[in-house]
Amino acid sequence: MHSLITAEGVPAAADASGAASAAWLLVALPLLGAAILLLGGRRTNRFGPALATGMSWASFAFGVVVLVQLLGASAEERAHHLTLWSWIPAGSFDLDLGLLVDPLSVAFVMLITFVGSLIHVYSLGYMEHDPDKRRFFAYLNLFVAAMLLLVLSDSYLLLFVGWEGVGLASYLLIGFWNWNPAYATAANKAFIVNRVGDLGLSLAIMTMFISFGGVSYATVNEGVANAGQGTLVAIGLLLLVGACGKSAQFPLQSWLGDAMAGPTPVSALIHAATMVTAGVYLVVRSHVIYDAAPDAALAVALVGAVTLLFGAVVGCAKDDIKKALAASTMSQIGYMMLAAGLGPVGYAFAIFHLLTHGFFKAGMFLGAGSVMHGMNDQVNMRRFGGLSGAMKITWATFGLGYLAIIGLPPFSGFWSKDEIIHSAFTGEGWRPWVLGGAALVGAGITAFYMSRLFFMTFHGEKRWTEDVHPHESPKIMTIPMMVLAVGSAFLGLALGPTHAIEHWLEPVVGEHPEADAVIGTLPLMGITLLLVVGGIYLAWRSYWREDVPEVAPRASVLTRAARVDLYQDAVNEGLFMRPGTHLTRSLVFADARGVDGAAGGMAALVGGFSSRLRRLQTGYARSYALTMLTGVVAVLGALWVIQ
Amino acid sequence: MPAVVSAALPAAFEQVQIDYLAIAPMMVVVAGALVGVLVEAFAPRERRHGIQVGLTIGTLLVALAVLAVWSRDHLAVTLGGSMAIDGVALFLQGTLLGLSVIGVLVMAERFGGTGSDAFTPMGASTPGSAQETAATRAGYATSEVFPLTLFAVLGMMVFVAANDLITMFVGLEVLSLPLYVMTGLARRRRLLSQEAALKYFLLGAFSSAFFLFGAALLYGYAGSSDLGRIGTAITTNAGELDGLLLPGVVLTLVGLLFKVGAVPFHSWTPDAYQGAPTPVTGFMAACTKLAAFGAILRLTYVGVGSNRWDWQLGVVVVAILTMVVGAVLSVTQTDVKRLLAYSSVAHAGFILVGVLAFSKAAIGGVMFYLLAYGATTIAAFAIVTMVRQDGSEASHLSQWAGLGRNHPVVAGAFAFLLLAFAGIPLTSGFTAKFATFAPAVQSGTAGVVMVVVGVLASAVTAFVYVRLIVLMYFTEPTPGVVALTPSVPSTVAITLGVLITVVAGVFPTWVLQLAGNASSFLL
Repeated sequence: MHSLITAEGVPAAADASGAASAAWLLVALPLLGAAILLLGGRRTNRFGPALATGMSWASFAFGVVVLVQLLGASAEERAHHLTLWSWIPAGSFDLDLGLLVDPLSVAFVMLITFVGSLIHVYSLGYMEHDPDKRRFFAYLNLFVAAMLLLVLSDSYLLLFVGWEGVGLASYLLIGFWNWNPAYATAANKAFIVNRVGDLGLSLAIMTMFISFGGVSYATVNEGVANAGQGTLVAIGLLLLVGACGKSAQFPLQSWLGDAMAGPTPVSALIHAATMVTAGVYLVVRSHVIYDAAPDAALAVALVGAVTLLFGAVVGCAKDDIKKALAASTMSQIGYMMLAAGLGPVGYAFAIFHLLTHGFFKAGMFLGAGSVMHGMNDQVNMRRFGGLSGAMKITWATFGLGYLAIIGLPPFSGFWSKDEIIHSAFTGEGWRPWVLGGAALVGAGITAFYMSRLFFMTFHGEKRWTEDVHPHESPKIMTIPMMVLAVGSAFLGLALGPTHAIEHWLEPVVGEHPEADAVIGTLPLMGITLLLVVGGIYLAWRSYWREDVPEVAPRASVLTRAARVDLYQDAVNEGLFMRPGTHLTRSLVFADARGVDGAAGGMAALVGGFSSRLRRLQTGYARSYALTMLTGVVAVLGALWVIQ
Repeated sequence: MPAVVSAALPAAFEQVQIDYLAIAPMMVVVAGALVGVLVEAFAPRERRHGIQVGLTIGTLLVALAVLAVWSRDHLAVTLGGSMAIDGVALFLQGTLLGLSVIGVLVMAERFGGTGSDAFTPMGASTPGSAQETAATRAGYATSEVFPLTLFAVLGMMVFVAANDLITMFVGLEVLSLPLYVMTGLARRRRLLSQEAALKYFLLGAFSSAFFLFGAALLYGYAGSSDLGRIGTAITTNAGELDGLLLPGVVLTLVGLLFKVGAVPFHSWTPDAYQGAPTPVTGFMAACTKLAAFGAILRLTYVGVGSNRWDWQLGVVVVAILTMVVGAVLSVTQTDVKRLLAYSSVAHAGFILVGVLAFSKAAIGGVMFYLLAYGATTIAAFAIVTMVRQDGSEASHLSQWAGLGRNHPVVAGAFAFLLLAFAGIPLTSGFTAKFATFAPAVQSGTAGVVMVVVGVLASAVTAFVYVRLIVLMYFTEPTPGVVALTPSVPSTVAITLGVLITVVAGVFPTWVLQLAGNASSFLL
């Protein structure tokens, strides 16, 4: 099955023509916005946020033009390559940087620029009274530019540049309110955990450079056919480490919950819709490697399965609305990873779920922001309840996102998630049962914790603190929410039953194979829906019908564990931080004594030689002339002797 | 031999064919220099600076334009075979004119005074004398440097195009004599400057003697001073007078290696670089080196390349020594100008590595290196002129401590130029080293050895440069050291230098191709 797809190969990208030849504009526009806002300083305070929003929309508009161009072309001609910069085009030293505009990258461009622009608009309202609004919008634009560079690059090297760029923007935005030490710590945590992932990615890139002699997708894809299995598995696993860091997958997931310290639009854009899905993009983009290294692909699927359950369990116990949503994000990305790890049966659905998730999760985060806006920035759901009356639009838009994520037909999530569950049940041996089982159970838990979240926030008794007066948010915030809600409702319907997404991605990831699941399609759908309804019922019984205590009660061991993220921080601290600190100390010692000693010794040696040699420079012209004469005599004499 | 003698005395006078468009850029420069002398004689003192700067820049730009528009299409060996205006000559002449524009812009810096700030008001006065004080008070200025520069540029242009040894010698002297004078014209620390000028002159004369002696031996061997004929003579000679060839080659090469500052003929470099007015140092470091390497390329590739197996080893040793000594001695320098002088010695070694590769790619690489290094070094010396303590240049390294705190832009630009000297990727320095070392690696064992030494020497020099950057950014500032705000001309010069360094590092393709396409000689 795998070899079949590899044999199909990836059609070579033609040189860009038409709108695609100006694809660099997609990245350049938001980058220009960020540059103007950051370099312009206070002068740009007045018009800066509007300019940044405009730049983002302009990038979207241009993305639509490119999309239309691609739609007008036949499937084989939808890949455009664009060389931006070629450094010393000499010999074997290949260092070209370019962009690749193909169906996969354009799908991401549409998601990033559309959701990104909506969130820019929302932020105009959300951050209205923030004194540092300009800096916020500059970082948002910077993020959009870096994310677009990440998905549009034609090589792992440029992808890495974008990868680090989004990491930087994420760091700056998590710590945006860094006067709060906890938030600054959260930013550092995200940064440090991401370093682990980035190390994996950079090692993968180096391995590719050594094995294939280049790091562009084209070179790597060509080289895979002749590479050894060990190399491919190593590259696949290293890429997976990178993906885990960026996409908050097990075991590098600990930073995502804390990252919610950033302003809510940031959580919506970066930590739900776009940046955290970069890992999925990386795996799908590297599909040639994973197709040729099934062991690495299996590792991807297993990581996805573990994370989707992990996130779902954590989500059940969180009382902080944003952290519960973060846990759910982690879990949903687990689904995408699982799908991506399944190989050709799953790639298209991984991207499909990524797109629908981008809409409904961003919509829910914006809804959460709207709730916080009306509740004096509180996040504790135990002090919410009954908000459906006070915030009708938020309730409705959030509700559509909620229905989408739990996978009720005909909303978006149903189409994408059901396909993933179905694909997970394909294959042979133990794999369909373990992977499919995880996906199925995950769907049930998802229904429970999302219903819990929804009911605790919008229904049941009002448990508000005394000084809050919930009110609906202004239009500038609710309109983006409505647009996203429409997407949550209908995007799946548009792309799912029509098989549009499989056909669209076919030129990139190969033909989508029809595979039979170990359980029939209809029974499987039935079981899934049954579990979902069961989850909703359980949540309804405990969090709508019954009163929710205002302080979290002492609960079972599992709940307590889930409340502290299944002891992830404790594990990290015990397993990595403390030994790491000791290791660092001893390394510093060794470095000071050994490496610095050696370097210092070398320097002293050269310095000593230099001081001696310097004495030849006496300052007397006569001795200079003598040096010259000696030189001439020596050279001439030696040459004569040799001759 | 008798046949040659009779050929030298033709029956009737034959007019030599001259392709005027090919040599037009040099004629423009001569004309500009002569007008400059007249300006010195007749223009009122207070307006001379402005007129001279305008005239010099204008002359150089017109010459550059003439070269780019007309001479480019008139590749020819002309003036009776004494000048070869070919791709190499044109590229080097064009680069020379461009770099001279930048160099002259730096020389024009007045820092608010009446004349160029770097030059003494009256070169003929005894340092510290009443006469000197009076000249300073009267606001005199040495605007003669501008015509002198033009004459030097003329000599350099002749030098890189000279197709016979006599013309080459004339070019050598025409470029050297004005430089000796300019070296002695520093406004401050005049004794040091005059001492440097005298040393430079004495040793220069010494090396010229070597060159002339070598040229005489080669003439004796080949019966002609024409480089092409010498080349032919080497391949066709049956063995008579063979004893003249090797000393001839070595001695002429010594004369040229002296000008580029190769070890062991480098001793004048640190002293002259330190003593000369800093803008002149920048001009010398960039343009003299370029011209001398142009001559070395022509002599070795056109003239004596065919017996290179006899003498190459000697130059390989010189190249290795040059890299090692330049790099190692830069470690213990405490004066910025001396440090850059030793760095220029090391760079001469790197360029020699390229020259010795003997391939078309190497010619292109060497020419690219000369352009890149020239632009970087003029800008670096221009920045050195700006950093002052109590009115005079703060050239001691300790005075550069903490410069980054108070003058981030100046220190940043200087740090960037230092990184380019070190050959860090994305600067022109890296591209240049790559372009010269790559052909050397392909040329054989000697090339590989030289490249290994070159990379090690680069590491040593990188240490020196990085230490200076650390000094500028991570130490407490020295009180009283300021970076003066430059006027428009030197700002333009520094910007151009930095820009070339960036562009030739990030987008080197265009310049590399230009140098590559120009890398062939006419015989």
